[in-house]
Amino acid sequence: MSAPVLELRHVTRIHGEGPTQVRALYDLSLTVAPGELVAVMGPSGSGKSTLLSLAGALDAPTDGTVVIEGQVLDDLTHAQLAAVRRRHVGYVFQDFNLLPALTAAENVALPLELDGSRPRRARRMAVEALREVGLQAEADRFPEQLSGGQRQRVAIARGLVGERRLILADEPTGALDSTTGEAVLQVLRARCDAGAAALLVTHDARLAGWADRVVFLKDGVVVDATQGPLSADSLLGARV
Amino acid sequence: MSVKHSLLALLGEGPQYGAALRSEFESRTGGTWPLNVGQVYTTLGRLERDGLVVKEVVPEGAGDSSIRYAVTPAGRDEVARWWVEPVDRASTPRQELAMKLALAVTVPGVDVTRTVQVQRRATMQHLQELTRLKRTGGADLAWSLVLENLIFTAEAELRWLDHVEAQVTRAAGAARVRAHRGDVASSAVTEQDAEAPGTGPAHPSVTAGARPGARR
Repeated sequence: MSAPVLELRHVTRIHGEGPTQVRALYDLSLTVAPGELVAVMGPSGSGKSTLLSLAGALDAPTDGTVVIEGQVLDDLTHAQLAAVRRRHVGYVFQDFNLLPALTAAENVALPLELDGSRPRRARRMAVEALREVGLQAEADRFPEQLSGGQRQRVAIARGLVGERRLILADEPTGALDSTTGEAVLQVLRARCDAGAAALLVTHDARLAGWADRVVFLKDGVVVDATQGPLSADSLLGARV
Repeated sequence: MSVKHSLLALLGEGPQYGAALRSEFESRTGGTWPLNVGQVYTTLGRLERDGLVVKEVVPEGAGDSSIRYAVTPAGRDEVARWWVEPVDRASTPRQELAMKLALAVTVPGVDVTRTVQVQRRATMQHLQELTRLKRTGGADLAWSLVLENLIFTAEAELRWLDHVEAQVTRAAGAARVRAHRGDVASSAVTEQDAEAPGTGPAHPSVTAGARPGARR
């Protein structure tokens, strides 16, 4: 088995101090391998968003270790952490956060340019990422000229652009209708099938159905998880 | 639906007459699945044959007697297994799950959270497989509609299980608050009763609070 893209080892995150302290996550361990799409489900306040922030190096654990692409984050400086985020991690959030004054391709190319890529190379990779989400023809349109579903796919292309192999998605289909939402999941799934690793936080069981594994969180602790795929026979039985 | 396990679960609370079992079952499940007495006695006969219950003769004076049924240790094991096994979707109609949970919140000592959790995992795994089939299944419209039907059903079941869990948690919280205040003497007695050793780690206050008044 290939080395994991993401590892959380006995991670605990406590917010605040003294009587007001809140334990958002406790002793959580999770590994996501290349090709794997892992969904995280749980009620509000169960620690899903904290988990995603730690996995994306946006926040640091109170205890335990986060490893992205073999790099132990505890040892890194702020600048090195920022480089890990830019090079290895793609974020897809509910609100798309596209810059209205930039075209789709410019929005997607932005993180590459911030990381020092030449504009022409960044543009080429951005168009490639847009092609992957089926929006090559819309590369030069501005966000306001796109539908909600198209804007979300641009946001995904921005999350996927370049060599990133860790994709973190927080309710990525937001307010999209179910057909459009499904198209978004198809893109994520295809990226994972091509070797990326993704962590998907969602309330929506239908979306979690796209995952290889589903982890259930409650009060900051993993209370359950589905295992690998079932045999086809068990389904044929269910159809009768 | 598993009448067998439901009757065993009720007998776990103490020996019962057949007719009383039938009305207890119907009151606990909101009358959704009416049973006839014949069905109850046939089931009890099979349970006895399998060593899961035994008959007890109760003298009633003047030479009369009546028969009631008691669960055996093997019967207790069987019902304990039922609470923590997911309902097999391949062989049983879906209602067994609703029936099982309706009983789980009224029978003392059942870890309802675990029952919900085990089922949620099984249903989620089923939904993952259905999604995988849909993804790889090609463009056959009829087949994809059947798959969608199964997906919607699994999705609805998962939402319902979340709802059950939230309701159970809320009921447990409310019962704790009541116990703290000690404002109702009778409820305090019920709480102690439910929390007596041996009733298990479940949601004793929930089971006590949700129990219907009628006991036979």
